[in-house]
Amino acid sequence: MRTYEVVFVAAPNLSEDDLNVLVEQMKKSAESKKGKIVKVDSWGKRSLAYPIKKFKEGYYTVFTVEDNGEAVTELERRFRVTDSVIRFLSVRVDEDLKRQQKLKARREKKKARRGKSRAQSRPVAQEIEGAPME
Amino acid sequence: MAFHSKGRGSHSADSKTQGPKRFLVRRKRFCKFCAEKIDYIDYKDQRLLAPFIPERGKILPRRISGVCATHQRKLTEALKRARHLALLHYTAD
Repeated sequence: MRTYEVVFVAAPNLSEDDLNVLVEQMKKSAESKKGKIVKVDSWGKRSLAYPIKKFKEGYYTVFTVEDNGEAVTELERRFRVTDSVIRFLSVRVDEDLKRQQKLKARREKKKARRGKSRAQSRPVAQEIEGAPME
Repeated sequence: MAFHSKGRGSHSADSKTQGPKRFLVRRKRFCKFCAEKIDYIDYKDQRLLAPFIPERGKILPRRISGVCATHQRKLTEALKRARHLALLHYTAD
């Protein structure tokens, strides 16, 4: 099983309802290929860094999909066919996340070996702030 | 260290040329991603990536930003992805 992040940008001239219908449609088409949508993240309307198809804004939506690639292929096909999707990108992330965890684990191990048990119990965000002072 | 002392020596020597003093105060560069322990550079994080695409739209070279080789590779990929999604610009307007 692989994890993918599928981001797509929908045209800004859609209404909220249209957008919801579009997202639901895409979810369904992914699920029809046995892809499991773990997370849907909508960023709402954002301004684009440069115009795409003469649009200056777009609705961003991020899917996190678990599957073997078929659902992502299907999603991409759908995106290409649908006119209201102006941009999309799918990225495989499971290997990067694994690497991230590995490095994090290694750092914690190192820290523990140094006998700094103090930092271990604190959450990651604070750890970063505290790091340069040590 | 050796580089530093050599540089300083040459500066004092060319004082007779009367040109504007080229005395760069260089801060010690460090890799932002190593320092903040960012292992995965997220292409969706515009706020993190934006400083590496200055006005002109070119990717900031690591000789200026001080990013280490490993992270520059990851960063470049993230920047290019972000550009594709119109989170960052390709060119100056």
